[in-house]
Amino acid sequence: MSALRESLGFLASRLRQVGIFVALILIVLLFQVLTDGILLQPQNVSNLVVQNSYILILAIGMVMVIIAGHIDLSVGSIAGFIGAVAGVMIVHWGWAWWAAIPACLLVGALVGAWQGYWIAYVGIPAFIVTLAGMLIFRGLTLITLKNQQITPFPDELRALGGGFLPDISGGTSVLEWLTVILGVGGTAALLFQSIKERRVRRKFNLENEPMAWFATKTAFIAVLMLVITFLLASYRGTPIVLLVLAALVIAYSALMNNSIFGRHTYAIGGNLHAAELSGIKTKAVTFRLFVNMGVLAALAGLIFTARLNSAQPAGGTGFELDSIAAAFIGGAAVQGGIGTVAGAMIGGLIMGVLNNGMSILGLGTDYQQLIKGLVLLLAVGFDIFNKNRAGGGSSIAKRFKLRTTPPATETKAPAETKAPAEPAAPVAAGSRQSDNS
Amino acid sequence: MNVPILQMRGITKTFPGVKALQDVTLDVNRGEVHAICGENGAGKSTLMKVLSGVYAHNTFEGDILFENEPCDFASISDSEKRGIVIIHQELALSPYLSIAENIFLGNELASRGWVDWRKTNLEASKLLARVGLDENPVTPIQHISVGKQQLVEIAKALSKEVKLLILDEPTAALNDEDSDHLLDLILHLKGQGVTSIIISHKLNEIRKVADAVTIIRDGKSIETLRLDQGQITQERIIRGMVGRDLDSLYPEREPQIGEEVLRIEDWTVQHPQDHTRTVVHNASLNVRKGEVVGLAGLMGAGRTELAMSVFGRTYGRAVSGKVFKHGKEINTSTVPEAIRHGIAYATEDRKHYGLNLIEDIKRNISMAALPKLSKRGWVDGNKETTVANGYRKSMNIKAPSVAAITGKLSGGNQQKVVLSKWMFSDPDVLILDEPTRGIDVGAKFEIYTIIAELAAQGKAVIVISSELPELLGICDRIYTLSAGHVTGEVPIAEASQETLMHYMTKEKE
Repeated sequence: MSALRESLGFLASRLRQVGIFVALILIVLLFQVLTDGILLQPQNVSNLVVQNSYILILAIGMVMVIIAGHIDLSVGSIAGFIGAVAGVMIVHWGWAWWAAIPACLLVGALVGAWQGYWIAYVGIPAFIVTLAGMLIFRGLTLITLKNQQITPFPDELRALGGGFLPDISGGTSVLEWLTVILGVGGTAALLFQSIKERRVRRKFNLENEPMAWFATKTAFIAVLMLVITFLLASYRGTPIVLLVLAALVIAYSALMNNSIFGRHTYAIGGNLHAAELSGIKTKAVTFRLFVNMGVLAALAGLIFTARLNSAQPAGGTGFELDSIAAAFIGGAAVQGGIGTVAGAMIGGLIMGVLNNGMSILGLGTDYQQLIKGLVLLLAVGFDIFNKNRAGGGSSIAKRFKLRTTPPATETKAPAETKAPAEPAAPVAAGSRQSDNS
Repeated sequence: MNVPILQMRGITKTFPGVKALQDVTLDVNRGEVHAICGENGAGKSTLMKVLSGVYAHNTFEGDILFENEPCDFASISDSEKRGIVIIHQELALSPYLSIAENIFLGNELASRGWVDWRKTNLEASKLLARVGLDENPVTPIQHISVGKQQLVEIAKALSKEVKLLILDEPTAALNDEDSDHLLDLILHLKGQGVTSIIISHKLNEIRKVADAVTIIRDGKSIETLRLDQGQITQERIIRGMVGRDLDSLYPEREPQIGEEVLRIEDWTVQHPQDHTRTVVHNASLNVRKGEVVGLAGLMGAGRTELAMSVFGRTYGRAVSGKVFKHGKEINTSTVPEAIRHGIAYATEDRKHYGLNLIEDIKRNISMAALPKLSKRGWVDGNKETTVANGYRKSMNIKAPSVAAITGKLSGGNQQKVVLSKWMFSDPDVLILDEPTRGIDVGAKFEIYTIIAELAAQGKAVIVISSELPELLGICDRIYTLSAGHVTGEVPIAEASQETLMHYMTKEKE
């Protein structure tokens, strides 16, 4: 009983993170019912991944920019522009795909550097610079394509958009065994990592999630991954973009949590002045964030172009809005400092499932836009509502008379006022010296 | 002649945990200039906010009589209706609107909702003439100097038919010429029957304009000195302002002072926006190994400005002067450079400049020295937690764990996180700006103990503080600043609150 209480209290204190996850599941279930089971058919799951991959890739870069307190409205145009550049390089100039891909990523980096320069070093707000970029790079896309699409692309590049890992059973099995191996291996690695992290937290006396919640959550995610593995394996196997995406999510999550660069990004968004006064080179960090965004936008553009097998003048239109929405639905804060790559992925998936489900139902883009807009508004509104109710979910917890995890406020009065009588000085001196040595 | 216009009786104002005002009495006569004097944080501004209705009448105790009638103001507009106008230190002008628009802001000369521009500009011209400001009323506010903006504020007050004008540190942001002009204007208005209350601790100004001085100390009114009784003298005012009880305890220490670590020479800093103002003039000072040096000064003396301009030019413009460390000149023109040379600056404004309040304790502690915890750009999270846990223990940071969010900690514990951050950067010189501001007494002692230990470890420590007893309790040597000049250097053996206050209010030669 007390374990259940503890878990529920914890859930209430993390209402946002838990809520977004639950929302995704509810939306999936809703459309599963509404579409008579089409949503979770193997082929559709595979489609879902491929269709949303470029938005999710953009959302990775976008959430980083948003964490630093900026925004990027130009990513759709950049993706379109890079598609056009790839078309010219590969189709017109006859470059090999393995030369064109790095060249396109480099062009993306240059585009990002251009915008980063104006934002970081000249000091023009990112909103303005990237609004200008949205126009500039759309214009350059049209100029590069001379207003006509470029097609077709070689198979190797097209595999990036719509290809699958090979079938190692040679067509003898109904399941794609390579996908099963990858899926089961990935799930095992995730389990291992979660348990290890929990151990480390305990070792360093940091608060841990209640055991019941941790077990439920981890088991649920593991089962989910296995189900998706099974669904993919029973269609055509693992889409190549899924591998790219998984690698990016793992790499960027690690970068944001464990690298100096990631930490500085959070510090800048959390309190720019404090970051500056702590010796963080805030301009350099901002500049690099936009270079990174440019590279990711280029990658998204390549994948999109590869999937369509054509570079189109309107390619990438509206991507910026979907990726920004993904970041905010995924819990990023408008004023910066808060957000995670994983959250943005869930936010992106919510948008993706909404798109896909509503398309299956035959809703027109008119209703699709209406509903997506309302979902974004509700998600961020829920955040603000929660914050205004003083201290996140704890107020809701109180309403249900639940015991939350001990709040991080300290109880100052008794111990501190006693200090003069019994100074903690000698102990303090010793341990501090060892820190400084 | 001495007809009272304002009587405040038994004013007591309590904030959560603090008695800001305690049984304060204030008597102001009609047609006089009445100065209110006191140290930083004595309660002067709070008293004026009580009077002008910023704090509604039911949030404090005591009675206010204005022109022999009781006042129960619920807001500023109530007090303005009675002719009491307050001009705050931070001017409340809209930079893109014209002078005339600002004067009549919220009070527009209009008929049926449409502004009468002819009348607005005409009336504004008349008011500008009264305050001696020769400017076109359609000029945008941002195009005139701060001194002139101050005059516009007064013109705005006159437009409301002011009877009692309250000026909160009116000359704090002005250069000398503008200050003189402003003081002349106050005397001129006095001739026209306007009573003024002026909050100031510049003793030369007070001697120039004040007919009476009320001294506030620690939220209590100490005494009222009157010119016609020959009571307004520098000695009397200083004696009234200091004399605070030594209510805190300080840790015992035996200073082991070594060679000079940091020396600042001929340091001059201009105000970042107002180029006519020099905020720090040719300041020179030094600090030695194992020494705690205090910087004393009243509001606007330039202490924080001096410290921040040395720490990576984070304040001011046209900074000139030299910084030497161990006798060698060093470059501290960016924060990373300053940190690299072993300088740390812990800000007076923890919430805005010191901490990332939405982040946890360990990430705040590691913020200034992440490379020490990293290999090839990757942070070792376990090492970070170990370091943070070490500081949590040694500094006695009270929190459930180092993963607790700093925004939820008390002021004392937040300050310990800031100090931990800078100690982890392993500096040779620590500049601590108001290290005990907003901290309760028990935590103050802990901070003093930490400072003493830092000195014992051979660090050079500079402490900026507005609390003289605190400086006297922890420093080995104290510099005083007044209006951007270093006006004194006092060894602790010769220092007392009176001597320090004497230097802190000293005029430049």
